[in-house]
Amino acid sequence: MRLRQKDLLDIESLSSEEIALVLDTATSFKEIGTRAIKKVPTLRGRTVVNLFYEPSTRTRVSFEIAAKRLSADAVNVSVSGSSAVKGETLLDTVRNLQAMAPDVLVIRHSASGAPYFVARRLEAAVVNAGDGMHEHPTQALLDAFTIRERKGTLSGLKVAIVGDLLHSRVFRSNLRLLTCMGSEVSIAGPPTLVPPEVEKLGAKVALSIEEAIADADVVMMLRVQKERMQGAYFPSVREYFRLYALTRARIELAKPDVIILHPGPINRGLEIESAVADGPYSLILEQVTNGVAIRMAVLYLLTGAGAAES
Amino acid sequence: MKPKVVMDSGTFQATLDRLVSEIVERTGGLEGSLALVGIRTRGVPLARRLAQGIEARTGRTPSIGALDITLYRDDLTAVGAQPIVRKTELPFAMDDAWVVLVDDVLFTGRTVRAAITALIDFGRPRKIELLVMVDRGWRELPIQADYVGRTLETERGHTVQVLLAEEDGGDEVVLVENGSE
Repeated sequence: MRLRQKDLLDIESLSSEEIALVLDTATSFKEIGTRAIKKVPTLRGRTVVNLFYEPSTRTRVSFEIAAKRLSADAVNVSVSGSSAVKGETLLDTVRNLQAMAPDVLVIRHSASGAPYFVARRLEAAVVNAGDGMHEHPTQALLDAFTIRERKGTLSGLKVAIVGDLLHSRVFRSNLRLLTCMGSEVSIAGPPTLVPPEVEKLGAKVALSIEEAIADADVVMMLRVQKERMQGAYFPSVREYFRLYALTRARIELAKPDVIILHPGPINRGLEIESAVADGPYSLILEQVTNGVAIRMAVLYLLTGAGAAES
Repeated sequence: MKPKVVMDSGTFQATLDRLVSEIVERTGGLEGSLALVGIRTRGVPLARRLAQGIEARTGRTPSIGALDITLYRDDLTAVGAQPIVRKTELPFAMDDAWVVLVDDVLFTGRTVRAAITALIDFGRPRKIELLVMVDRGWRELPIQADYVGRTLETERGHTVQVLLAEEDGGDEVVLVENGSE
Protein backbone atom coordinates (compact mmCIF):
# COMPACT_ATOMS: atom_id res chain seq x y z
CA MET A 1 0.00 0.00 0.00
CA ARG A 2 1.37 3.40 -0.88
CA LEU A 3 0.45 6.86 -2.10
CA ARG A 4 -0.21 7.12 -5.80
CA GLN A 5 1.58 10.40 -6.37
CA LYS A 6 5.16 11.56 -6.13
CA ASP A 7 4.07 14.61 -4.12
CA LEU A 8 1.64 15.67 -1.42
CA LEU A 9 0.27 18.94 -2.76
CA ASP A 10 -3.34 18.91 -1.60
CA ILE A 11 -6.05 16.85 0.06
CA GLU A 12 -8.20 17.10 -3.04
CA SER A 13 -6.22 14.47 -4.95
CA LEU A 14 -6.14 11.93 -2.09
CA SER A 15 -8.65 9.09 -1.89
CA SER A 16 -10.27 8.15 1.40
CA GLU A 17 -8.09 5.00 1.43
CA GLU A 18 -4.94 7.08 1.07
CA ILE A 19 -6.06 9.41 3.87
CA ALA A 20 -6.70 6.38 6.09
CA LEU A 21 -3.26 4.98 5.17
CA VAL A 22 -1.53 8.19 6.30
CA LEU A 23 -3.53 8.27 9.56
CA ASP A 24 -2.86 4.57 10.30
CA THR A 25 0.84 4.95 9.57
CA ALA A 26 1.02 8.00 11.85
CA THR A 27 -0.46 5.95 14.70
CA SER A 28 2.64 3.76 14.63
CA PHE A 29 4.97 6.73 14.35
CA LYS A 30 3.42 8.51 17.34
CA GLU A 31 4.82 5.80 19.64
CA ILE A 32 8.38 6.72 18.59
CA GLY A 33 7.88 10.19 20.08
CA THR A 34 7.24 8.62 23.49
CA ARG A 35 10.52 6.67 23.58
CA ALA A 36 13.61 7.76 25.45
CA ILE A 37 15.54 7.51 22.16
CA LYS A 38 13.19 9.21 19.70
CA LYS A 39 14.84 8.03 16.52
CA VAL A 40 14.58 5.17 14.05
CA PRO A 41 17.04 4.53 11.17
CA THR A 42 14.38 4.34 8.42
CA LEU A 43 15.37 7.33 6.24
CA ARG A 44 19.11 7.25 6.88
CA GLY A 45 20.93 8.96 4.06
CA ARG A 46 17.86 10.80 2.74
CA THR A 47 17.79 14.59 2.57
CA VAL A 48 14.77 16.76 3.36
CA VAL A 49 14.90 20.47 2.48
CA ASN A 50 12.46 22.81 4.21
CA LEU A 51 11.97 25.86 1.99
CA PHE A 52 9.85 28.43 3.80
CA TYR A 53 8.91 31.69 2.07
CA GLU A 54 6.52 32.58 4.88
CA PRO A 55 7.11 32.75 8.62
CA SER A 56 6.45 29.53 10.52
CA THR A 57 7.41 28.08 13.88
CA ARG A 58 5.21 25.05 14.35
CA THR A 59 5.17 23.62 10.84
CA ARG A 60 8.85 24.13 10.09
CA VAL A 61 10.01 22.70 13.41
CA SER A 62 7.52 19.87 13.05
CA PHE A 63 8.86 18.84 9.63
CA GLU A 64 12.42 19.17 10.86
CA ILE A 65 11.80 17.00 13.92
CA ALA A 66 9.85 14.48 11.82
CA ALA A 67 12.77 14.16 9.38
CA LYS A 68 15.32 13.84 12.16
CA ARG A 69 13.32 11.20 14.05
CA LEU A 70 13.48 9.12 10.87
CA SER A 71 17.26 9.74 10.63
CA ALA A 72 16.96 11.85 7.45
CA ASP A 73 19.13 14.94 7.14
CA ALA A 74 17.01 18.08 7.38
CA VAL A 75 18.10 21.41 5.95
CA ASN A 76 16.13 24.60 6.57
CA VAL A 77 16.03 27.52 4.18
CA SER A 78 14.08 30.57 5.28
CA VAL A 79 13.42 33.43 2.94
CA SER A 80 15.12 36.11 5.02
CA GLY A 81 18.40 34.19 4.81
CA SER A 82 18.04 32.96 1.21
CA SER A 83 18.97 34.24 -2.23
CA ALA A 84 15.35 35.32 -2.73
CA VAL A 85 16.25 38.58 -1.01
CA LYS A 86 18.92 39.06 -3.70
CA GLY A 87 16.28 38.70 -6.39
CA GLU A 88 16.61 35.03 -7.33
CA THR A 89 13.39 33.66 -8.82
CA LEU A 90 11.59 30.68 -7.33
CA LEU A 91 12.43 28.64 -10.43
CA ASP A 92 16.16 29.35 -10.14
CA THR A 93 16.14 28.56 -6.44
CA VAL A 94 14.43 25.26 -7.16
CA ARG A 95 16.85 24.33 -9.94
CA ASN A 96 19.76 25.01 -7.64
CA LEU A 97 18.26 22.89 -4.90
CA GLN A 98 17.62 20.09 -7.41
CA ALA A 99 21.30 20.17 -8.32
CA MET A 100 22.03 19.11 -4.73
CA ALA A 101 19.72 16.09 -5.10
CA PRO A 102 17.36 16.30 -2.12
CA ASP A 103 14.82 13.50 -1.68
CA VAL A 104 12.01 15.65 -0.33
CA LEU A 105 11.32 19.36 -0.62
CA VAL A 106 8.87 20.85 1.86
CA ILE A 107 7.68 24.23 0.66
CA ARG A 108 5.59 27.03 2.11
CA HIS A 109 4.83 29.98 -0.13
CA SER A 110 2.46 32.94 -0.06
CA ALA A 111 1.36 32.29 -3.67
CA SER A 112 -1.40 29.71 -4.07
CA GLY A 113 -0.15 27.02 -6.45
CA ALA A 114 3.58 27.63 -5.96
CA PRO A 115 4.20 24.00 -4.80
CA TYR A 116 2.65 22.69 -8.06
CA PHE A 117 4.99 24.88 -10.09
CA VAL A 118 7.90 23.49 -8.11
CA ALA A 119 6.74 19.84 -8.15
CA ARG A 120 6.57 19.77 -11.96
CA ARG A 121 10.21 20.81 -12.20
CA LEU A 122 11.70 18.73 -9.43
CA GLU A 123 12.55 15.04 -9.19
CA ALA A 124 12.27 15.17 -5.41
CA ALA A 125 8.94 14.57 -3.69
CA VAL A 126 7.32 17.92 -2.89
CA VAL A 127 5.20 18.48 0.21
CA ASN A 128 2.97 21.52 0.37
CA ALA A 129 3.38 23.08 3.81
CA GLY A 130 0.87 25.83 3.00
CA ASP A 131 0.40 27.74 -0.24
CA GLY A 132 -1.29 31.14 -0.03
CA MET A 133 -5.01 30.76 0.52
CA HIS A 134 -5.19 27.34 -1.15
CA GLU A 135 -4.28 24.25 0.92
CA HIS A 136 -2.25 23.01 3.89
CA PRO A 137 -2.66 19.24 3.62
CA THR A 138 -0.50 18.07 6.53
CA GLN A 139 -2.44 20.35 8.89
CA ALA A 140 -5.74 18.79 7.84
CA LEU A 141 -4.24 15.32 8.23
CA LEU A 142 -3.03 16.04 11.75
CA ASP A 143 -6.40 17.57 12.65
CA ALA A 144 -8.14 14.44 11.37
CA PHE A 145 -5.68 12.26 13.28
CA THR A 146 -6.40 14.19 16.50
CA ILE A 147 -10.16 13.91 15.99
CA ARG A 148 -10.03 10.21 15.12
CA GLU A 149 -7.83 9.45 18.10
CA ARG A 150 -10.44 10.94 20.47
CA LYS A 151 -13.66 10.03 18.71
CA GLY A 152 -12.62 6.74 17.13
CA THR A 153 -13.93 7.76 13.71
CA LEU A 154 -14.47 10.72 11.41
CA SER A 155 -17.63 9.43 9.84
CA GLY A 156 -20.90 10.93 11.06
CA LEU A 157 -19.25 13.56 13.26
CA LYS A 158 -20.53 17.12 13.37
CA VAL A 159 -17.61 19.51 12.94
CA ALA A 160 -17.95 23.28 13.24
CA ILE A 161 -15.28 25.48 11.64
CA VAL A 162 -15.44 29.11 12.73
CA GLY A 163 -13.51 32.28 11.97
CA ASP A 164 -11.55 33.74 9.06
CA LEU A 165 -12.59 31.17 6.46
CA LEU A 166 -11.74 33.34 3.47
CA HIS A 167 -7.98 33.46 4.01
CA SER A 168 -7.67 29.99 5.47
CA ARG A 169 -5.84 27.20 3.61
CA VAL A 170 -6.32 25.13 6.76
CA PHE A 171 -10.07 25.47 6.28
CA ARG A 172 -9.97 24.42 2.62
CA SER A 173 -7.87 21.34 3.32
CA ASN A 174 -9.99 20.40 6.31
CA LEU A 175 -13.27 20.85 4.47
CA ARG A 176 -12.10 18.51 1.70
CA LEU A 177 -10.73 15.91 4.07
CA LEU A 178 -13.67 15.90 6.49
CA THR A 179 -16.34 15.70 3.80
CA CYS A 180 -14.34 12.96 2.06
CA MET A 181 -14.28 10.95 5.31
CA GLY A 182 -17.98 11.42 6.01
CA SER A 183 -18.08 14.21 8.60
CA GLU A 184 -20.72 16.92 8.47
CA VAL A 185 -19.13 20.37 8.36
CA SER A 186 -20.91 23.58 9.38
CA ILE A 187 -19.12 26.88 9.16
CA ALA A 188 -19.56 30.40 10.53
CA GLY A 189 -17.72 33.69 10.32
CA PRO A 190 -18.23 37.34 9.47
CA PRO A 191 -19.96 37.45 6.03
CA THR A 192 -16.93 39.32 4.66
CA LEU A 193 -14.74 36.37 5.61
CA VAL A 194 -16.91 33.54 4.21
CA PRO A 195 -15.73 32.53 0.71
CA PRO A 196 -18.49 32.88 -1.92
CA GLU A 197 -20.19 29.64 -3.05
CA VAL A 198 -18.40 27.62 -0.37
CA GLU A 199 -21.53 25.49 0.10
CA LYS A 200 -20.66 23.87 -3.25
CA LEU A 201 -17.69 22.23 -1.52
CA GLY A 202 -20.04 20.58 0.95
CA ALA A 203 -20.05 23.03 3.86
CA LYS A 204 -23.24 24.06 5.59
CA VAL A 205 -23.11 27.83 6.10
CA ALA A 206 -24.53 28.82 9.51
CA LEU A 207 -25.75 32.31 10.23
CA SER A 208 -24.08 32.56 13.62
CA ILE A 209 -21.38 30.84 15.64
CA GLU A 210 -24.12 29.60 17.96
CA GLU A 211 -25.89 27.85 15.11
CA ALA A 212 -22.63 26.34 13.81
CA ILE A 213 -21.46 24.88 17.10
CA ALA A 214 -24.86 23.71 18.35
CA ASP A 215 -24.54 19.98 19.10
CA ALA A 216 -21.04 19.82 17.57
CA ASP A 217 -18.60 16.98 18.31
CA VAL A 218 -15.65 19.09 17.22
CA VAL A 219 -15.14 22.86 17.11
CA MET A 220 -12.25 24.08 15.01
CA MET A 221 -11.39 27.74 15.45
CA LEU A 222 -9.41 29.61 12.78
CA ARG A 223 -6.95 32.43 13.29
CA VAL A 224 -7.89 35.90 12.09
CA GLN A 225 -5.17 36.39 9.47
CA LYS A 226 -4.48 40.09 9.80
CA GLU A 227 -1.39 39.80 7.58
CA ARG A 228 -3.58 38.86 4.60
CA MET A 229 -6.13 41.65 5.19
CA GLN A 230 -5.64 44.78 3.15
CA GLY A 231 -9.05 46.28 3.85
CA ALA A 232 -11.45 46.38 6.78
CA TYR A 233 -13.20 43.01 7.02
CA PHE A 234 -14.80 43.69 10.40
CA PRO A 235 -15.32 46.88 12.44
CA SER A 236 -13.29 46.13 15.53
CA VAL A 237 -11.55 43.46 17.57
CA ARG A 238 -14.17 43.96 20.27
CA GLU A 239 -17.03 43.31 17.89
CA TYR A 240 -15.32 40.25 16.41
CA PHE A 241 -14.79 38.82 19.87
CA ARG A 242 -18.40 39.53 20.87
CA LEU A 243 -19.89 37.88 17.76
CA TYR A 244 -17.45 35.14 16.68
CA ALA A 245 -15.07 34.21 19.49
CA LEU A 246 -15.24 30.83 21.19
CA THR A 247 -16.08 31.60 24.80
CA ARG A 248 -16.85 29.41 27.80
CA ALA A 249 -20.54 30.29 27.49
CA ARG A 250 -20.69 29.24 23.83
CA ILE A 251 -19.02 25.87 24.45
CA GLU A 252 -22.12 24.89 26.43
CA LEU A 253 -24.02 24.72 23.13
CA ALA A 254 -21.85 21.90 21.79
CA LYS A 255 -21.94 18.24 22.84
CA PRO A 256 -20.71 17.60 26.42
CA ASP A 257 -17.65 15.73 25.11
CA VAL A 258 -16.78 18.35 22.49
CA ILE A 259 -13.13 18.81 21.54
CA ILE A 260 -11.65 22.12 20.47
CA LEU A 261 -8.97 22.49 17.81
CA HIS A 262 -7.02 25.48 16.52
CA PRO A 263 -4.18 25.30 13.97
CA GLY A 264 -2.20 28.05 15.76
CA PRO A 265 -0.83 30.53 16.30
CA ILE A 266 -3.76 31.61 18.45
CA ASN A 267 -4.88 35.20 18.93
CA ARG A 268 -5.96 35.12 22.57
CA GLY A 269 -8.96 37.36 23.19
CA LEU A 270 -9.73 37.66 19.46
CA GLU A 271 -11.03 34.36 18.04
CA ILE A 272 -10.71 32.36 21.25
CA GLU A 273 -11.02 33.18 24.94
CA SER A 274 -7.84 32.34 26.87
CA ALA A 275 -9.72 30.18 29.36
CA VAL A 276 -11.04 28.09 26.45
CA ALA A 277 -7.69 27.74 24.69
CA ASP A 278 -6.15 26.48 27.95
CA GLY A 279 -9.29 24.67 29.12
CA PRO A 280 -10.20 21.00 29.42
CA TYR A 281 -11.79 20.62 25.96
CA SER A 282 -8.80 22.07 24.16
CA LEU A 283 -6.50 19.73 22.18
CA ILE A 284 -4.44 22.55 20.71
CA LEU A 285 -1.12 21.26 22.05
CA GLU A 286 -2.06 17.63 21.31
CA GLN A 287 -2.43 18.74 17.68
CA VAL A 288 1.19 19.88 17.71
CA THR A 289 2.36 16.53 19.12
CA ASN A 290 0.37 14.67 16.47
CA GLY A 291 1.75 16.94 13.74
CA VAL A 292 5.18 15.34 14.08
CA ALA A 293 3.71 11.81 13.72
CA ILE A 294 1.70 12.84 10.64
CA ARG A 295 4.73 14.42 8.99
CA MET A 296 6.84 11.34 9.73
CA ALA A 297 4.16 9.23 8.05
CA VAL A 298 4.09 11.54 5.01
CA LEU A 299 7.88 11.56 4.63
CA TYR A 300 7.99 7.77 5.01
CA LEU A 301 5.22 7.11 2.50
CA LEU A 302 6.53 9.58 -0.10
CA THR A 303 10.16 8.46 -0.01
CA GLY A 304 9.19 4.79 -0.14
CA ALA A 305 6.93 5.30 -3.14
CA GLY A 306 9.69 7.18 -4.96
CA ALA A 307 12.18 4.39 -4.32
CA ALA A 308 9.77 1.76 -5.58
CA GLU A 309 9.58 3.48 -8.94
CA SER A 310 13.31 3.69 -9.50
CA MET B 1 3.69 -27.45 -5.95
CA LYS B 2 1.80 -29.12 -3.12
CA PRO B 3 2.78 -27.92 0.37
CA LYS B 4 4.44 -30.62 2.49
CA VAL B 5 3.45 -30.77 6.15
CA VAL B 6 6.62 -30.98 8.20
CA MET B 7 5.00 -30.50 11.62
CA ASP B 8 1.40 -31.36 12.46
CA SER B 9 -0.57 -29.84 15.31
CA GLY B 10 0.34 -32.58 17.82
CA THR B 11 4.08 -32.25 17.16
CA PHE B 12 3.66 -28.48 17.16
CA GLN B 13 2.21 -28.52 20.69
CA ALA B 14 4.87 -30.94 21.93
CA THR B 15 7.55 -28.68 20.47
CA LEU B 16 6.08 -25.63 22.20
CA ASP B 17 6.06 -27.57 25.50
CA ARG B 18 9.70 -28.49 25.06
CA LEU B 19 10.62 -24.86 24.29
CA VAL B 20 8.77 -23.76 27.43
CA SER B 21 10.79 -26.26 29.48
CA GLU B 22 14.04 -25.01 28.00
CA ILE B 23 13.18 -21.39 28.80
CA VAL B 24 12.13 -22.25 32.35
CA GLU B 25 15.31 -24.25 32.87
CA ARG B 26 17.57 -21.44 31.72
CA THR B 27 15.73 -18.55 33.33
CA GLY B 28 14.46 -20.37 36.45
CA GLY B 29 16.17 -18.16 39.01
CA LEU B 30 14.99 -14.94 37.38
CA GLU B 31 12.80 -12.61 39.41
CA GLY B 32 10.30 -10.80 37.24
CA SER B 33 12.59 -9.52 34.50
CA LEU B 34 11.90 -12.17 31.82
CA ALA B 35 10.20 -10.73 28.73
CA LEU B 36 9.05 -12.56 25.62
CA VAL B 37 9.06 -10.21 22.64
CA GLY B 38 7.33 -11.41 19.49
CA ILE B 39 8.41 -10.12 16.10
CA ARG B 40 5.36 -9.11 14.06
CA THR B 41 3.34 -10.71 12.87
CA ARG B 42 3.56 -14.43 13.74
CA GLY B 43 6.08 -14.05 16.53
CA VAL B 44 3.47 -12.22 18.62
CA PRO B 45 0.93 -15.05 19.11
CA LEU B 46 3.84 -17.50 19.54
CA ALA B 47 5.27 -15.34 22.35
CA ARG B 48 1.84 -15.17 23.98
CA ARG B 49 1.49 -18.95 23.93
CA LEU B 50 4.97 -19.54 25.33
CA ALA B 51 4.19 -17.04 28.11
CA GLN B 52 1.03 -18.96 28.99
CA GLY B 53 3.07 -22.17 29.09
CA ILE B 54 5.64 -20.61 31.39
CA GLU B 55 2.90 -19.29 33.65
CA ALA B 56 1.24 -22.72 33.86
CA ARG B 57 4.60 -24.30 34.69
CA THR B 58 5.97 -21.80 37.21
CA GLY B 59 3.07 -19.59 38.31
CA ARG B 60 5.04 -16.54 37.20
CA THR B 61 3.88 -14.46 34.22
CA PRO B 62 6.64 -13.12 32.00
CA SER B 63 6.17 -9.74 30.32
CA ILE B 64 5.05 -9.83 26.71
CA GLY B 65 5.95 -7.39 23.97
CA ALA B 66 5.40 -6.95 20.24
CA LEU B 67 8.02 -5.57 17.90
CA ASP B 68 7.49 -4.16 14.40
CA ILE B 69 10.83 -4.06 12.60
CA THR B 70 9.67 -2.31 9.41
CA LEU B 71 11.44 0.94 10.31
CA TYR B 72 14.70 -0.92 10.94
CA ARG B 73 14.79 -2.96 7.74
CA ASP B 74 17.90 -2.74 5.59
CA ASP B 75 15.97 -3.25 2.36
CA LEU B 76 13.36 -0.47 2.46
CA THR B 77 14.51 0.94 -0.86
CA ALA B 78 14.42 -2.51 -2.44
CA VAL B 79 10.94 -3.47 -1.28
CA GLY B 80 8.35 -2.83 -3.96
CA ALA B 81 5.18 -1.81 -2.14
CA GLN B 82 5.54 0.11 1.09
CA PRO B 83 5.31 -2.23 4.08
CA ILE B 84 2.61 -1.09 6.47
CA VAL B 85 4.13 0.10 9.72
CA ARG B 86 2.51 -1.54 12.72
CA LYS B 87 2.79 -0.66 16.35
CA THR B 88 5.65 -1.63 18.62
CA GLU B 89 4.47 -2.34 22.17
CA LEU B 90 7.02 -3.02 24.85
CA PRO B 91 5.17 -2.39 28.14
CA PHE B 92 8.06 -3.21 30.49
CA ALA B 93 11.41 -1.67 31.46
CA MET B 94 14.02 -2.68 28.91
CA ASP B 95 16.97 -1.87 31.15
CA ASP B 96 18.22 -5.09 32.75
CA ALA B 97 15.42 -7.21 31.25
CA TRP B 98 16.17 -10.75 30.04
CA VAL B 99 14.58 -10.67 26.61
CA VAL B 100 13.69 -13.70 24.53
CA LEU B 101 12.98 -12.60 20.96
CA VAL B 102 10.38 -14.87 19.38
CA ASP B 103 9.92 -15.40 15.65
CA ASP B 104 8.38 -18.10 13.50
CA VAL B 105 11.15 -18.76 10.95
CA LEU B 106 14.88 -18.01 11.05
CA PHE B 107 16.21 -17.56 7.50
CA THR B 108 18.73 -14.88 6.48
CA GLY B 109 18.97 -13.39 9.97
CA ARG B 110 18.26 -9.88 8.73
CA THR B 111 14.96 -9.59 10.59
CA VAL B 112 16.68 -10.59 13.82
CA ARG B 113 19.45 -8.05 13.20
CA ALA B 114 16.79 -5.35 12.78
CA ALA B 115 14.95 -6.54 15.90
CA ILE B 116 18.10 -6.37 18.03
CA THR B 117 18.79 -2.81 16.82
CA ALA B 118 15.20 -1.85 17.62
CA LEU B 119 15.30 -3.39 21.12
CA ILE B 120 18.48 -1.57 22.02
CA ASP B 121 16.82 1.75 21.14
CA PHE B 122 14.50 1.10 24.09
CA GLY B 123 17.20 0.54 26.68
CA ARG B 124 19.95 -1.84 27.71
CA PRO B 125 18.61 -5.33 28.25
CA ARG B 126 20.72 -7.64 30.43
CA LYS B 127 20.51 -10.30 27.76
CA ILE B 128 18.81 -10.92 24.42
CA GLU B 129 18.11 -14.50 23.36
CA LEU B 130 16.44 -15.80 20.25
CA LEU B 131 13.72 -18.42 19.94
CA VAL B 132 12.43 -19.63 16.58
CA MET B 133 9.92 -22.29 15.68
CA VAL B 134 11.87 -23.28 12.54
CA ASP B 135 15.50 -22.73 11.57
CA ARG B 136 15.65 -23.26 7.82
CA GLY B 137 19.26 -22.25 7.23
CA TRP B 138 20.65 -19.83 4.57
CA ARG B 139 21.99 -17.25 7.03
CA GLU B 140 23.45 -14.03 5.61
CA LEU B 141 24.55 -12.70 8.99
CA PRO B 142 26.39 -14.28 11.95
CA ILE B 143 23.21 -14.95 13.95
CA GLN B 144 22.00 -18.16 15.57
CA ALA B 145 19.04 -19.08 17.77
CA ASP B 146 19.23 -20.13 21.43
CA TYR B 147 15.99 -22.11 21.30
CA VAL B 148 14.97 -23.94 18.11
CA GLY B 149 11.71 -25.80 17.56
CA ARG B 150 12.88 -27.68 14.50
CA THR B 151 15.80 -27.45 12.08
CA LEU B 152 14.86 -27.94 8.44
CA GLU B 153 17.02 -28.61 5.38
CA THR B 154 15.69 -26.33 2.64
CA GLU B 155 16.53 -24.99 -0.78
CA ARG B 156 17.01 -21.23 -1.10
CA GLY B 157 13.82 -20.81 -3.10
CA HIS B 158 11.60 -22.84 -0.78
CA THR B 159 9.01 -21.20 1.43
CA VAL B 160 8.50 -22.29 5.03
CA GLN B 161 5.20 -21.28 6.60
CA VAL B 162 4.36 -21.52 10.27
CA LEU B 163 0.58 -21.56 10.55
CA LEU B 164 -1.03 -20.75 13.87
CA ALA B 165 -4.48 -21.43 15.31
CA GLU B 166 -4.84 -17.72 16.16
CA GLU B 167 -4.30 -16.53 12.59
CA ASP B 168 -4.75 -19.47 10.27
CA GLY B 169 -7.21 -21.77 12.05
CA GLY B 170 -4.73 -24.49 12.99
CA ASP B 171 -1.14 -25.16 14.10
CA GLU B 172 1.08 -26.52 11.35
CA VAL B 173 4.44 -26.04 9.68
CA VAL B 174 4.50 -26.51 5.92
CA LEU B 175 7.22 -26.46 3.30
CA VAL B 176 6.37 -25.17 -0.17
CA GLU B 177 8.91 -26.21 -2.79
CA ASN B 178 8.14 -23.41 -5.25
CA GLY B 179 10.79 -22.21 -7.64
CA SER B 180 13.45 -24.55 -6.23
CA GLU B 181 16.84 -24.05 -7.84
